[in-house]
Amino acid sequence: MAESTGFTRRHFLTVATAVTGVAGLTGAAVPFVASFRPSARAQALGAPVEVDVSKIEPGAMLRVEWRGRPIYVLHRTDRMLQLLERVVGQLRDPASEESNQPSYAQNEYRSIRPNILVVEGVCTHLACAPMPRFEVAPADLGPDWVGGFYCPCHGSKFDLAGRVFAGVPAPTNLTVPPYRFLNDTTILIGSDTGNT
Amino acid sequence: MATREQDVFDSLGRGLNSLVGWIDARFPLTKLIKEHATEYYAAKNFNLWYGFGVLALVVLVIQLVTGIFLTMNYKPSAEDAFASVEYIMRDVDWGWLIRYMHSTGASAFFIVVYLHMFRGLMYGSYKKPRELVWLIGMAIYLCLMAEAFFGYLLPWGNMSYWGAQVIVSLFGAIPVIGDGLAEWIRGDYYISDITLNRFFAFHVIAVPLMLVLLVVVHIMALHEVGSLNPDGIEIKEHKGPDGKPLDGVPFHPYHTSKDLVIIVVFLIAFAAVVFFAPEMGGYFLEHANFEPADPLKTPEHIAPVWYFTPFYAILRAVPDKLLGVILMGLAVLLPTLLPWLDRCRVKSIRYRGWTYKVALAVFAISFLALGYLGLQPATGIYPTLARVFTVLYFAFFLLMPFYTRNEKTKPVPARVTK
Repeated sequence: MAESTGFTRRHFLTVATAVTGVAGLTGAAVPFVASFRPSARAQALGAPVEVDVSKIEPGAMLRVEWRGRPIYVLHRTDRMLQLLERVVGQLRDPASEESNQPSYAQNEYRSIRPNILVVEGVCTHLACAPMPRFEVAPADLGPDWVGGFYCPCHGSKFDLAGRVFAGVPAPTNLTVPPYRFLNDTTILIGSDTGNT
Repeated sequence: MATREQDVFDSLGRGLNSLVGWIDARFPLTKLIKEHATEYYAAKNFNLWYGFGVLALVVLVIQLVTGIFLTMNYKPSAEDAFASVEYIMRDVDWGWLIRYMHSTGASAFFIVVYLHMFRGLMYGSYKKPRELVWLIGMAIYLCLMAEAFFGYLLPWGNMSYWGAQVIVSLFGAIPVIGDGLAEWIRGDYYISDITLNRFFAFHVIAVPLMLVLLVVVHIMALHEVGSLNPDGIEIKEHKGPDGKPLDGVPFHPYHTSKDLVIIVVFLIAFAAVVFFAPEMGGYFLEHANFEPADPLKTPEHIAPVWYFTPFYAILRAVPDKLLGVILMGLAVLLPTLLPWLDRCRVKSIRYRGWTYKVALAVFAISFLALGYLGLQPATGIYPTLARVFTVLYFAFFLLMPFYTRNEKTKPVPARVTK
């Protein structure tokens, strides 16, 4: 018989049993971990939403719910669009290079049509709902404020295209959800593919 | 007459003795009682600071009992949760009392646990050989935070909702896996009925099981090494001829009878809050939570309950999202390293040098200041102050190896003083 290395048949069987046991436990954990994912019903309830934008007055904003998130649909006036230019110097990501939006909304207005802004009303800091503050120079936001969104939780500020100002906790611009125009007056939020 | 009474007591005593004997032959009942109570020696110079461990146990029992009874009427669904809490408050006999005991108990738990931990900081309870007692204690504290967080969603008020939204979003700050992880925790694309239901499961069974288990392990580890005392002396080093520590007295009946007084005083204060100030001016039960959850409307001013605000203030003080989350996590976890950060051999603050005394005072002030700042809106001077105190908070831990290394300590007596 060869000289013993100290690693016996018994050791081998012990290790093999332990490894098999761990593999089995890992496999058994999969269904439990996976049961935490959004269920089929939750996914079905996350279906796209239609909005008639012709009913929103210029300068007014509509909140709709998609996947439990507030979606802000703002009908910007031409004056509001001009103001976007003025704040560019104070923004963290003016060209939306680090922010989340579909490619068709990565432009100076962050929208498909300049007048209609569609953004998620979810602060990119910790998901509070930023408040629409379209007035110019209110007492609490200072004389430089020309209108935008203000998050009451941690003081993040966004302009009228949902672009984040520098020096606030929110890291990126407000997210633009996928959306498309079904016809001249109706948008579908939550889907940007398929037949119009 | 007298003899007949005596006979009754004698036969009762014999019956009890034989019952205990029967159990002892099958389960180490008497052995356990001796080990953990009648022959567990703890120093005779305990002061009030040594009462908070027992009080934490008392609050744990209050929370378990009131929690079980709340479960009997509460409905963990987005549709019914808010109304079922109102139902408990208005229609269930004594439901208001049970619920207020539970909500006050949550705050009381953190008050006694924070004081219990501060006791450890003062008298060096985390030092060798009690490192594991401290680590298990930190695990209990983390469980307690999880328990409080899960429980806070259950009333399904608007602050519950947005508080959960903010905390779950913290996980979204982790690069690459963050968004998927947050979705996995919620089980939905937002905080929904599904999230509420699973938080309920965590709050009423998963975390409490862990908590009770850890408390048992905490006490077992403590009784293995023995309790420290305000002088930071190991009483086991001076034993009498009978082998019992000269400076110790048996936990039962000496410490238990003293603890009973502490418990009664605590319960008086507890009852005063439950009956006269259950909301504590919005600090124990936040006003925004008297409105049902509304996924489309954030409360004007969002703040967690007071016991999380020191860490929340640190989160807000950092202008970068990921860094803020990391610093907040570190702030919670750093005390875990105390046994290895503190290089001074002297345990009790009574005999430690001025550097540690100053550092501990600065730390305590920073913790309280951050707690206050976390409740205030993030405007004006507040964010700047929060940054200053965040730096001080971290300095206490990170500079500790340096300011404790050559500490000028006083001589430690061999035996306990008053």
